Amino acid sequence: MAKRIDVSDLNVYYGAFKAVEGVTMTVEPRSVTAFIGPSGCGKSTFLRTLNRMHEVIPGGRVEGKVMLDDQDLYASNVDPVAVRRTVGMVFQRPNPFPTMSIYDNVAAGLRLNGVKGKKKLDEVVEKSLNGANLWNEVKDRLSKPGAGLSGGQQQRLCIARAIAVEPQVLLMDEPCSALDPISTLAIEDLISELKSKYTIVIVTHNMQQAARVSDQTAFFNLAATGKPGKLVEVDHTQKIFNNPGVKATEDYISGRFG
Amino acid sequence: MASVTGVSVADELPGPDGRGPLSGDNAGTGRLGDKAFAAAAKGSGALVIGLVTLVGVFLLWQAIPAIADDKVNFLTSREWSVSDSDNLRFGIVELLWTTVAASTIAMLIAVPVGVAVALFITQYSPRWLSRPAASIIDLLAAVPSIVYGLWGLKTFTPWFDPFQIWLSDHLGWIPLFSRTGTSGTILLIGVVLSIMILPIVTALSREVFAQTPVTHMEGALALGATKWEMIRTAVLPFGRPGVISAAMLALGRALGETIAVTIIVSTLPQGSKWTWSLLNGGETFASRIANNAGEFDSPAKTGAFIAAGLVLFVLTFIVNAIARIVIERRKAFTE
Ligand SMILES: Nc1ncnc2c1ncn2[C@@H]1O[C@H](COP(=O)(O)OP(=O)(O)OP(=O)(O)O)[C@@H](O)[C@H]1O
Ligand SMILES: [Mg+2]
Repeated sequence: MAKRIDVSDLNVYYGAFKAVEGVTMTVEPRSVTAFIGPSGCGKSTFLRTLNRMHEVIPGGRVEGKVMLDDQDLYASNVDPVAVRRTVGMVFQRPNPFPTMSIYDNVAAGLRLNGVKGKKKLDEVVEKSLNGANLWNEVKDRLSKPGAGLSGGQQQRLCIARAIAVEPQVLLMDEPCSALDPISTLAIEDLISELKSKYTIVIVTHNMQQAARVSDQTAFFNLAATGKPGKLVEVDHTQKIFNNPGVKATEDYISGRFG
Repeated sequence: MASVTGVSVADELPGPDGRGPLSGDNAGTGRLGDKAFAAAAKGSGALVIGLVTLVGVFLLWQAIPAIADDKVNFLTSREWSVSDSDNLRFGIVELLWTTVAASTIAMLIAVPVGVAVALFITQYSPRWLSRPAASIIDLLAAVPSIVYGLWGLKTFTPWFDPFQIWLSDHLGWIPLFSRTGTSGTILLIGVVLSIMILPIVTALSREVFAQTPVTHMEGALALGATKWEMIRTAVLPFGRPGVISAAMLALGRALGETIAVTIIVSTLPQGSKWTWSLLNGGETFASRIANNAGEFDSPAKTGAFIAAGLVLFVLTFIVNAIARIVIERRKAFTE
């Protein structure tokens, strides 16, 4: 189910502004890859090109190639909507649909896919909430608004919503940055569990988090403000944290940056 | 431009009790500025409530004696003869029908079209087009109703009449479309009213749709929603209370519109036969009062017309109350 991502020579633009330049990397199926790097270096921008979410930003476009197994994401016959059903995304701030109940939030993606049967929906909702380690906390209030949950619960609800449609890749943009340490740990545990089924890419500013959850780490950097962000190096997390190939990586990780 | 990727809605989400942020009981600081502002706000609120109450009291005060003197049933009679103060005979059923029918037609047209236009402007149109398009719609609101009246009578009626004839020819077997031979009809004014209230619906809907948090829209898109599915999952639910309020404001305008109705709709002669036809003339509460403004010479007569005004007031009030209930019922699920 999980798929490999192969990116080659990817440039990302916002209108005339080149935000990310020349990224080449591979993400193995059933692994966790962490993106680290200073603010504004294009981690989110690059992450969004992996499910074509950058296209919803006016002027957003790419050059280069992204392969999902043997499917070119940017081939002219590929529908971005289909891509997003295969490559799910969790955002920095939890964004459950405020007008929907907890149940409906999780079922939203299925309903978009045309699934109607109550039994099937019940089943998937329970399974996804279980998958997101949220079921026990919400099983008695599934019809309550999703926005009434705590931030950490909301984020797990968003994860449940994303995995309910059984994507092959899960992208997470700083999923814990708005959460307390306990909720963060809950999500990190969840990521380690989800790894057995999904290919996961996570953006984080938390070095310990990258070291804890990821198999592979990619360090992005910015030559200067206004210049495009670049992938400096990508390697096994162990290697990046213990023995990075580039001085800038070591400086960044150890906090001697800038 | 700052990164779009860090936007958030968490700050707007309601607390566990469903109330918005900063609306807790101790949100004020008790400082002078806070107190002064709170007093001013409370004062304005009280003023509005006071005014509405006064209007209601005035209407009741004037209407009750007339209704008490009414020789026929005020709610169910079709008669309207108030020239003899000792033999007042007036009922509102026909006015109620005309008013409600015309406003309903106007709403049936204006709400879907207005929402569609608002969606087009906020979601679909290219940026260079959305501003001019919005301004043109807003301009419709600036046209005085007398102009709509004249336009409706002189330009639109001749153009619309063939359609009405076609309707009665083909669907005349439905009571709503049975032929009566008038051209200043309820259907016609319904259409004209819909144009008059369209800018209200559009402007307010546009405002709420444009405020849909980007994170909700992205949440839907990231689940693999198409544009239209995204609108259905994120934009429409978010805008729903706003659209309902917009529709109610618009309905208020349609119910009370006077001059255009007075000019366009043919009045029926006394004692004409009752029909359910929309292709018939008639008078609304407002146009009946306006048509007879010259006759307010005795308290009894005036009272009859004020009683009609009272019913219009109550009608508008009920409509608004229903809208509020609809909005409140889902409050925990909004914003
Ligand atoms: N909608 C947009 N329009 C134009 N430029 C943008 C847009 N969003 C981001 N950018 C620019 O692209 C560059 C990369 O931004 P991005 O949000 O990807 O950084 P990031 O690495 O995710 O930063 P952070 O760690 O703060 O989230 C920045 O220079 C930013 O200003
Ligand atoms: Mg970011």
